[in-house]
Amino acid sequence: MSTVRTETVNGRKNSQIKNDLNDHDLSNVDLSTIDWDNLADENGHFGIYGGCFASETLMEAIQELDEAYNSLKNDPEFQASYDNDLRNYVGRPSPLYHAERWSKQLGGAQIYLKREDLNHTGAHKINNTIGQALLAKHMGKPRIIAETGAGQHGVATATIAARLGLECVVYMGEVDVERQAPNVYRMKLLGAEVRPVSSGSKTLKDALNEAMRDWVTNVDNTFYCIGTVAGPHPYPSMVRNFQTIIGREAKEQCLEQTGRLPDALIACIGGGSNAIGLFHEFLADLDVKIYGVEAAGHGLATGEHAAPLSMAKPGVLHGNRMYLMADKDGQVVEPHSISAGLDYPGVGPEHCLLKDLGRSHAVAVTDDEAMEAFHSLTRIEGIIPALESSHALAYAMKLAPTMDKDKTIIINLSGRGDKDINTVAALEGIKL
Amino acid sequence: MSGRLTECFATLKEDNRKALIPYITAGDSNPTITVPLMHRMVEAGADIIELGVPFSDPMADGPTIQLACERALEHHTSLHDVVDMVTEFRQTNTTTPIVLMGYLNPVEAFGYEEFAKAAKECGIDGLLTVDLPPEESTQLVAVLKKYDIDPIFLLSPTTTEDRIGKIVHAGSGYLYYVSLKGVTGSSALNVDEVATNVAKIKTQTTLPVGVGFGIKDAESASAVAAVSDGVIVGSAIVKIIENNPDDTDTILDQIGALLSSMREAMDK
Repeated sequence: MSTVRTETVNGRKNSQIKNDLNDHDLSNVDLSTIDWDNLADENGHFGIYGGCFASETLMEAIQELDEAYNSLKNDPEFQASYDNDLRNYVGRPSPLYHAERWSKQLGGAQIYLKREDLNHTGAHKINNTIGQALLAKHMGKPRIIAETGAGQHGVATATIAARLGLECVVYMGEVDVERQAPNVYRMKLLGAEVRPVSSGSKTLKDALNEAMRDWVTNVDNTFYCIGTVAGPHPYPSMVRNFQTIIGREAKEQCLEQTGRLPDALIACIGGGSNAIGLFHEFLADLDVKIYGVEAAGHGLATGEHAAPLSMAKPGVLHGNRMYLMADKDGQVVEPHSISAGLDYPGVGPEHCLLKDLGRSHAVAVTDDEAMEAFHSLTRIEGIIPALESSHALAYAMKLAPTMDKDKTIIINLSGRGDKDINTVAALEGIKL
Repeated sequence: MSGRLTECFATLKEDNRKALIPYITAGDSNPTITVPLMHRMVEAGADIIELGVPFSDPMADGPTIQLACERALEHHTSLHDVVDMVTEFRQTNTTTPIVLMGYLNPVEAFGYEEFAKAAKECGIDGLLTVDLPPEESTQLVAVLKKYDIDPIFLLSPTTTEDRIGKIVHAGSGYLYYVSLKGVTGSSALNVDEVATNVAKIKTQTTLPVGVGFGIKDAESASAVAAVSDGVIVGSAIVKIIENNPDDTDTILDQIGALLSSMREAMDK
């Protein structure tokens, strides 16, 4: 864990980003000198965050994955089949939509929505599962497993598994099985086996624990498809690379539609995959402000939230060091969010480093604020957003009015809200 | 290197015996049972005790140890409490080595330096953090060594020769060979495969190799002892607590009887 290794691996540019638990203050780093494409060293350390904190029983599988991914990521044939799937199976590029009526109502900056909700399966998750499933196929693994919170990643994994003829098992917390019933049924229709997880808080983190146990046990024939930018290296970098298509398209579309870069980006953050997908392409554009919106649940002060970037300290869980909601003894705290996809106690290591560097701003909105945004966008633009994405929208409702009308904000509308209508109806006392 | 672990394995070697290493989760099924249970296990023939530090998310463990963690955490058993338990144990036992086994986050929350200092003071001899491979361990290992605490590492059937080299270099005290793919409490044990892999590890190190995962009775303990330096028994013991959570006498008696039968079979 020496600073020396970081220097030699990253070159002089990122030598200020130290990987030393006793000395990792980044407040004096000059952001204009950072090489944003290579924030991690070759072992996946984003400063003190990330890394590969996995049990020995998994190390060989992780290294096998790392080697396979490294050999394929620049392979033109692999890239071509990935690109082809994104275009013809997912329906990319997704539009960048100027929400004129909503912008007008908020009375400030012009809001553009990156319409990941229009992707096949209804969220950004499929960008990643296609990449990983192609990798699994290439590695000769006939069985693919995944964890899921809102069910979007599970559905996206089951979808591509169906298309590639892979066996698929999805782990999902019992609480989430209940609140995301439509997605559970979709996965079953797609031929996946959904295994409810009854341990711990019965949500996303417990599903991840169970998936890791499965992987350890069936390591020979099984590929673990992680849905977010967390987990042991190489997952945070690999999943990010499969999601950066969002930001690359958004940048091009924004330049085409407005003639310049946006002034701000907003995305919700659970593990952080949709957010890093949007943010990454803009990191070097230091004039573009970046806001990651966490779930404040019942309110940050209540302790019932899912906002590790805003409220927690670094800790180690699920194979990487990250901001982690834990008590003074290091036990992981059960998070709370109305949105199953944000209901996770940690956050991907790259987001942790971006926050420490001051390149991104961690903000949080409550369940109630997210619900208000959900209804507002639905009624004014005719777009039903996912509850996860509604957190990003809710922050835009605060930020946009403080900005001039000639400023622009891009929001990642990471998923559609069809899966959430049962939750929303229940909140309003309606039984569907 | 900790004096107790070195001495323990040296004595065992002289006597031509193998180490019997039981595992319990501290605070399972309640904090008051842990120290009496440790003493009983020593009486029944334990050479070293692996004391589990409860963690909310024990990813590498099966349902048995996971439930043990949940029972211990109902009583909020913390790493600080575990240190206190070892302090109490040491009042009457100054010779049996104690190795803490758990996950990294409670140690990070305690602080590496603070933990190592407290561990040294109370008489903890080794630390095994399941989710800390040697590649990430430089900083912690340096602190542990400063306080003579042995860092214990896992090896598995899938560990490559290259990584065996790294692991035996980073670890001290003994090595923990995981006998099968899977989580703790899994069943299928292949003694021939264990023998082959332990021999492979031994070509790279003089450290003792203990074997865990899948050992549940006198027969399997004796078979594994024949091809290694020590036998680690976890889930089979913890299962007894799971079946009798409120009955201290039964827990002590049944665990004592299980270990005695293993001891006898191993020493034959």
